[in-house]
Amino acid sequence: MLKTLTAALGVALLAGTAVQAGDISGAGATFPAPIYAKWAETYRAQTGAGLNYQAIGSGGGIKQIKAKTVAFGASDKPLKPEELNGAGLMQFPTVMGGVVPVVNLPGVNPGQLHLTGSVLADIYMGAITKWNDPRIAGANKGVKLPALPITVVHRSDGSGTSFLFTSYLSMKSPAWQSKVGASDSVQWPVGLGGKGNDGVSAFVKQTIGAIGYVEYAYAKQNKATYVLVQNKAGQFPAPTAANFAAAAAGADWAKAPGNYLLLLDEPGAKSWPITGATFILVYKKQDDAAQGQSVLKFFDWAYKNGDGAAGALDYVPMPASVKAMMRKQWAAMVKGPDGKPVYVSK
Amino acid sequence: MADIPLTAPRPSRAASKGAWFDPIFQFACLSAATLLLAALGGIIVSLVIGGWPALHKFGLGFFTSTTWNPVTEVYGAAGPIAGTVITSALALCMALPIALGVSVFLVEFCPKRLAQPIAIAVELLAGIPSIVYGMWGLFVLAPWFALHVQLPLMMNVPTGSIWEKLFYGVPNGANIFTASLILGVMILPYMAAVFRELFLTVPAQVRESAYGIGCTPFEVIRSVTIPYVRSGMVGVVMLGLGRALGETMAVTFIIGNAHGLPQSLFDSGSTLASTIANEFTEATGELHTAALTALGLVLFVITFGVLAIARALLLRQRYD
Repeated sequence: MLKTLTAALGVALLAGTAVQAGDISGAGATFPAPIYAKWAETYRAQTGAGLNYQAIGSGGGIKQIKAKTVAFGASDKPLKPEELNGAGLMQFPTVMGGVVPVVNLPGVNPGQLHLTGSVLADIYMGAITKWNDPRIAGANKGVKLPALPITVVHRSDGSGTSFLFTSYLSMKSPAWQSKVGASDSVQWPVGLGGKGNDGVSAFVKQTIGAIGYVEYAYAKQNKATYVLVQNKAGQFPAPTAANFAAAAAGADWAKAPGNYLLLLDEPGAKSWPITGATFILVYKKQDDAAQGQSVLKFFDWAYKNGDGAAGALDYVPMPASVKAMMRKQWAAMVKGPDGKPVYVSK
Repeated sequence: MADIPLTAPRPSRAASKGAWFDPIFQFACLSAATLLLAALGGIIVSLVIGGWPALHKFGLGFFTSTTWNPVTEVYGAAGPIAGTVITSALALCMALPIALGVSVFLVEFCPKRLAQPIAIAVELLAGIPSIVYGMWGLFVLAPWFALHVQLPLMMNVPTGSIWEKLFYGVPNGANIFTASLILGVMILPYMAAVFRELFLTVPAQVRESAYGIGCTPFEVIRSVTIPYVRSGMVGVVMLGLGRALGETMAVTFIIGNAHGLPQSLFDSGSTLASTIANEFTEATGELHTAALTALGLVLFVITFGVLAIARALLLRQRYD
């Protein structure tokens, strides 16, 4: 009796590991983890192939793919072309999101407050300290701004959201660029840090006169009082999926070596100025052609069938033109040991 | 006359039955013990190796500088070290009197029927995950504290006084003080539970003799119970401190996470553990990872020191 049980258990364990071994393994960014999980669930139902994605953070994802412990890495921050080439990697975007400033000001409704990039940078530098500062009031005729002190809230944890936000401020303000710079975590001149989008959002909600920045999906789901930021065309578009897509469409992907592209301050009247994609990292030279193929096959499937699920979770799908470009790059760049492309999209 | 051997041979059957197993058993126990020591040694070695690039580059400045700038890759740990020490010390000041009160009540005054349920409740409290305390701190304690404590204090202090400096800060409840308060609440049940165990080790005869010669309960506690377990109590305090030093999640949520030295009681700060938790997952730079690992080493050394003192004091208690 015991023997049979043990044998049965053994077989079950073996079967279990067999299924696990066939899974595509990936690790990295936490921001896209919910959509990757959703895609993986549908993909497994349709094809039987599974995906094991560990959301350990972009830094961890980059380290893991460099150590070759996973089939693909994921990062919210694209790698610079030098670093990409040095490691023999290529990167492609999967979905986009946007960073949205949010405020807590009595009497100010969502979308009512307008800020330019340089004013936003001065607020985060601590150079503008009151809400009734003439530089804020100038762009907000008709909005009643109280004489409240500004409380700056930022992310305390290293995050792609902070990277996009500080990159945008660096672009808009030479003072920010030289004194603070752009990174996942920076030495913030003023303010206090909340952990994650929920931490920032909680501090903003609890502090009258606070300003913070959160991921678009988070701002939308929490009905936060968002701020409109001026784009390159001088317009103040609303932070919506369509306007993030407009930023991606306005960007010149063909001229971005290694797909290193932050969708910041892109041209177009409707482009939201602080947009960014999240990226997948794979080796150009795949040691195991079958494994490389299964990774690209999964993301090609997601490009074709995953937009609905992405939209439902408040991610913004990539424009068709960008997807087509990535498919061409896969065929041209990702090769097996025999030098042939591991996957060609049909 | 037959010589009686001084050491009588053990019955041979029993010896042959068990003896072969003895060396194996001993070896197994020895390997378990060495495995633990090796793990401890391994942690120290890997923390030193991992943190070395940062320690080497910044030298002693790593411990005295308050700059923490991942963009320019300049790191100093003074802010997190100060934050860790201040919050843990404050937490201890808040938790110690209450923990003493709870345990004295349980041992001396509480009706027998109530004592056991309360003791179990205290121990259950000690088992609540720290993330729960963190969430409660962020969503419940911080807003309440800002509205009912921080704002009234800030508005009513005389201008120019030391109090104004002490209570200066953003009125949203995320600061050194609330972080200490949460830490205090977290270590309180733990300390109360161990204090109670400690007080129960005082022999009943000793206490009853004291009552017999006419001591009041307060006098018994002050002159008999506490002196009897004094060094053990110091050990408990140190263990509580050890827990407060390493607490991560709850503090991360509510301390405000500003690097640099806290300027007032209501200023934002950071601790060693919260800085690591915040930045480790996204740290890509070599030096950034090294600096965070070095913070881990500093925390390890502080905690190790505190626990070593605690153990030494507890040992003395046992043999007194």
